[in-house]
Amino acid sequence: MAHLAAAGWWTESQVALGLWQALVVCVLALAVAALGSWSRLELGRETAVALVRGLGQMTAVGLVLVWLLRGEAWWSAPALLLMCAAAAHMAHGRLRPKRSAAGAARGSGTAPAAPPFSYAICLRAIATGSAVVIAAMSLCGVIAIKATALVPLGSMIIANSMNTCTQVLERFASDLRLNSGRVEAALALGASGRQAAQPYARNAIGSALIPSLNSLRSLGIVWIPGFAAGMLLAGSEPVYTAIYQFVVIAMIYAASGLTALVAAWEFERVALAGERLAMR
Amino acid sequence: MYTFVGMPENATLLRAEGLRREVAGRELVREASFTLRSGEVVAVTGPSGAGKSTLLRLLNRLDEPAGGAVWLQGRDTREIEVRELRRRVGLVMQGANLFPGSVAENVGYGPSLMKTAPAGRWRDEAEQPGEAVGLVEDLLATVGLAGYAERDVAGLSGGEAQRVSLARTLANHPQVLLLDEPTSSLDEAAKRVVEEALRAAMAKVEGACLLVTHDAAQAARLAHRTLKMQDGVLRDSVLCGEAERGSR
Repeated sequence: MAHLAAAGWWTESQVALGLWQALVVCVLALAVAALGSWSRLELGRETAVALVRGLGQMTAVGLVLVWLLRGEAWWSAPALLLMCAAAAHMAHGRLRPKRSAAGAARGSGTAPAAPPFSYAICLRAIATGSAVVIAAMSLCGVIAIKATALVPLGSMIIANSMNTCTQVLERFASDLRLNSGRVEAALALGASGRQAAQPYARNAIGSALIPSLNSLRSLGIVWIPGFAAGMLLAGSEPVYTAIYQFVVIAMIYAASGLTALVAAWEFERVALAGERLAMR
Repeated sequence: MYTFVGMPENATLLRAEGLRREVAGRELVREASFTLRSGEVVAVTGPSGAGKSTLLRLLNRLDEPAGGAVWLQGRDTREIEVRELRRRVGLVMQGANLFPGSVAENVGYGPSLMKTAPAGRWRDEAEQPGEAVGLVEDLLATVGLAGYAERDVAGLSGGEAQRVSLARTLANHPQVLLLDEPTSSLDEAAKRVVEEALRAAMAKVEGACLLVTHDAAQAARLAHRTLKMQDGVLRDSVLCGEAERGSR
């Protein structure tokens, strides 16, 4: 009888429902990846790994949250620092040249040097952007100083900063490489590294901030963030919930902007160290 | 033929001693030593991959040498602030590499950096009204592009773009003009036009010119003396025909 009761719990529990929903959406995402393979996008393996990893991570996070959200507010600090470190690792992993490409570059002898991305650049950019916004907003009372607010809001800010960091560095490095002749022409005319790279840094920052800016612009018209649903379910007043959505998206935009600036500044410092282009 | 102004003839302007450049274990330039005297046009010839362009990049420190040193008017170039050095040792690259915008904005780029203003605003901020416009027009006339100031660089031919690139370098008033295969990507007609612009530019430079070319005939037409380079090694110089005859 006991095992039947357990089976009943399992089939009726929210965990089972969640896993079923996850399975359905995974099938859909894999179908999209398979569609991409027709266009030789080769997304299948990467998508499958990302889906399994994402589900595993979120399940683990759910288990950790049960413990974390019942704890003291200061527990949020090491949790957010850990998130920043992990975000920097992922951003760096995404930017690092693939092993085969690096091998080919070494073998050819004339291939341009790989962009000097580093974990430290990603960590400084993501941590600065996120920490400044989270700290300032907490001190001003916009984010309540308790784990239930700091951890979920902080994670949203860090995740968006990670995306911005990746986009800025990828675009900036690619533009510098494509325009290496112009960059070197500017340097040869007496420009500093910053002056020579300025147009490309500006483009990279502008492009990376387009998604955040679009979110801010289209708020309430094109989309209503999922975060609102949670607040409404928790009994929050609808107008306040709507305004707080704006606050959250604006915080994300501010953190992304700061991350973009720091990432571009740090990368330019390394890529044009000594007023020379490191990647030709 | 052409004369230089501002420096006493035959004074040593630039001296390189034992220059070396190594990339990924491969020696691109080996123990290169030479002297460039004021008033001289020296050509460096040799096959592709001989290390000619790399040698030029070592002179204005776009690349850092693995060994050796360069002296400009007796001063070690490592002691000269790199941005100042690059203004004094101007480089015209193989490709024009023009910045998006007008011809005038490109020509004014170097001077605008010194005024710490964007190139587009440089002409409005010249000390004397019309001073900067006059300089741009003067330089464009030198390279045979009078009246081109307001044109968009996107519409220029290869030869015109290369002449704008030359005028852009001249705008910094370099003491040494480094020319890296400036006509290699041009057809024969455009090459002749650019060569004419080069002659005019060389006469305008208050110092000396170092021309890298794989075209021995061009070296003979433009230079006083030729240095030959092969596998990163710089050979002894030989006097050139036409320029040498012209200077007599």
